Amino acid sequence: MNVLAVTEQRDGALRKTSHEVVWAARLLADAMGGTVDALVLGAPGMDAAGAKLGEAGADRVLVAEDASFVKYAPCGYAATAAAVAKTGGYGVVLVAATAGGRDLAPRIAARLDAPLATDATGVSFADGKVTASRPVYAGRAIQQLRFDAPVAVISLRPNTFAPGSAGKAGTVSKVAAVTAARVVVREVKAAEPGKLDVAEASVVVSGGRGLKGPEHFALIENLARAFGSAAVGASRAVVDAGWRPHAEQVGQTGKTVSPQLYVAVGISGAIQHLAGMRTAKVIVAINKDKDAPIFQVADYGIVGDLFEIVPRLTEEIARARAG
Amino acid sequence: MKIAVCIKRVPDTETRIRIAGDGASIDETGVKFIINPYDEFAVEEALQRRDKAGGGEVVVIALGPDAGQETIRSVLAMGADRGVLLKAERIPADALAVAKALAAELKDGGYDLVLFGKMAADDYHHGVGPMVAELLDLPCVTAISKLELEGGKGVAEREIEGGVEVVEFALPAVLTAEKGLNTPRYPALKGIMAAKKKPIEIKPAALGEARAIVTSLSLPPDRKAGRIVGEGPDAVPELVRLLRTEAKVL
Ligand SMILES: Cc1cc2nc3c(=O)[nH]c(=O)nc-3n(C[C@H](O)[C@H](O)[C@H](O)COP(=O)(O)OP(=O)(O)OC[C@H]3O[C@@H](n4cnc5c(N)ncnc54)[C@H](O)[C@@H]3O)c2cc1C
Ligand SMILES: Nc1ncnc2c1ncn2[C@@H]1O[C@H](COP(=O)(O)O)[C@@H](O)[C@H]1O
Repeated sequence: MNVLAVTEQRDGALRKTSHEVVWAARLLADAMGGTVDALVLGAPGMDAAGAKLGEAGADRVLVAEDASFVKYAPCGYAATAAAVAKTGGYGVVLVAATAGGRDLAPRIAARLDAPLATDATGVSFADGKVTASRPVYAGRAIQQLRFDAPVAVISLRPNTFAPGSAGKAGTVSKVAAVTAARVVVREVKAAEPGKLDVAEASVVVSGGRGLKGPEHFALIENLARAFGSAAVGASRAVVDAGWRPHAEQVGQTGKTVSPQLYVAVGISGAIQHLAGMRTAKVIVAINKDKDAPIFQVADYGIVGDLFEIVPRLTEEIARARAG
Repeated sequence: MKIAVCIKRVPDTETRIRIAGDGASIDETGVKFIINPYDEFAVEEALQRRDKAGGGEVVVIALGPDAGQETIRSVLAMGADRGVLLKAERIPADALAVAKALAAELKDGGYDLVLFGKMAADDYHHGVGPMVAELLDLPCVTAISKLELEGGKGVAEREIEGGVEVVEFALPAVLTAEKGLNTPRYPALKGIMAAKKKPIEIKPAALGEARAIVTSLSLPPDRKAGRIVGEGPDAVPELVRLLRTEAKVL
């Protein structure tokens, strides 16, 4: 059985999750004895960017171009992906569980009459069946979901599947774009240009009520900057207080993040906050209360006043990275 | 304006999860159930839209066991007009199976809007709403945090990584609600009394065979016991050393 990896671009550039999805497709296809096709959806001129997906693990890169595909086009993307998915003997369609992918995956599944698993953190193949493992109950349990269907759609949690390199190029060909425009993305209002999103960053530095006021988030921003490219996150307490935008909220009613490193500063570690970050690879906590629940999930903790610790940490991280 | 809201009964998000004897579901003894938090935003939006339109009907639909009647009743207390329980012994883990049964109920309802939560806090599919839309061939915008309706047209906003998408669509449409869309009301005593007299229709859910099957449910692996590196700023150099040499994240 073959695997179709549906990739995602923003402003013509493939997103990091696309590489994760293509390599996950590679590993799964190898287990199933099949091949990997990567689908690129975008405005005309995507071939060059698409060609890189061969190296990233695809045997064939299929490019569907249309002027209306410059931004996310829910109906057109879904119709095109479903049309392609019906052709190539695919047993699995993989998508990244980004904001776009979460919208797209169920649409493709419905069009293919295929069962769906979203936000998978693992995919396996045994005894002729595909199984996805995925966190449920806000991360408090792990579900194994097995498919009994000829084709299944699975979305993969960002930052969880490593990208890889095939050491070869794939072929690139065009496929027909199916357009439909019943829902149109008229505009994308960008947050601050160049600002990294918590859901995608490999380092996230988050602040909570321990910061005492919005003005002190400069401490968090400086620490994030010291790491190079880190995103700033926040607990719900500070988002509800209006100190930080909702886009930065990590947790059950905010974003789910799986960075390489998560630094929680002045955050107590309520269960709803943990729901959003417990799959981070390494967790660091800074809190003045040695009994704060965050220390139960933290790999490394420092007990003490964040106003003393964070400036020192910012300095030391900057020095370590420079040296 | 005729609006349907699909709601799911889920375990309270504070519930401690215990795995049942079958190894594939949770032990529900002592578990408190609530309406899925995202569905409250959908309900509130429906009520406001109906009232703004100066009339119409808000119909609450839930698929699941008998106990779902309680959840429907709580939404009737908020102000919805009537309820439908699509009865099923348990809610399947196959989102498409649920979507098909809901779509069958919604199909000839003549709804201007069909509202969902963006995801269920238990199964996390983010799937049923957009699947229903595809099955009914209706326009759909997911995870909206802002909505404007004017005539037969709508504009919604949805948060994406690093920005906000502004999306246009025409009615009838399917929308799924994100936190921030509105502030859900609490039922007033008067509403609770009135809800007792509102009708709930109960019929079997048209569930096909589930093709996504939970083979096991387990507690997440405990994170390896962490350690307190030290107290105060003097612990910082040791932390940085560990991040570099042991965790290898620098
Ligand atoms: C349905 C529901 C959904 C929710 N969803 C979310 C969600 O998505 N995300 C989320 O984060 N929360 C969520 N919550 C809220 C959650 O329960 C907590 O209330 C919230 O996470 C607390 O935020 P906090 O840790 O910043 O604040 P607090 O719990 O007040 O913790 C502040 C911490 O700062 C420490 N501190 C204070 N001063 C200092 C100092 N000078 N130096 C060092 N440490 C200091 C304190 O010891 C304390 O541990 C949700 C709640 C509900 C009911
Ligand atoms: N059993 C159900 N009955 C009614 N509505 C449901 C049911 N399951 C899911 N939904 C709706 O679909 C939304 C998304 O759920 P899910 O796709 O399961 O994450 C929920 O917020 C509900 O609005």
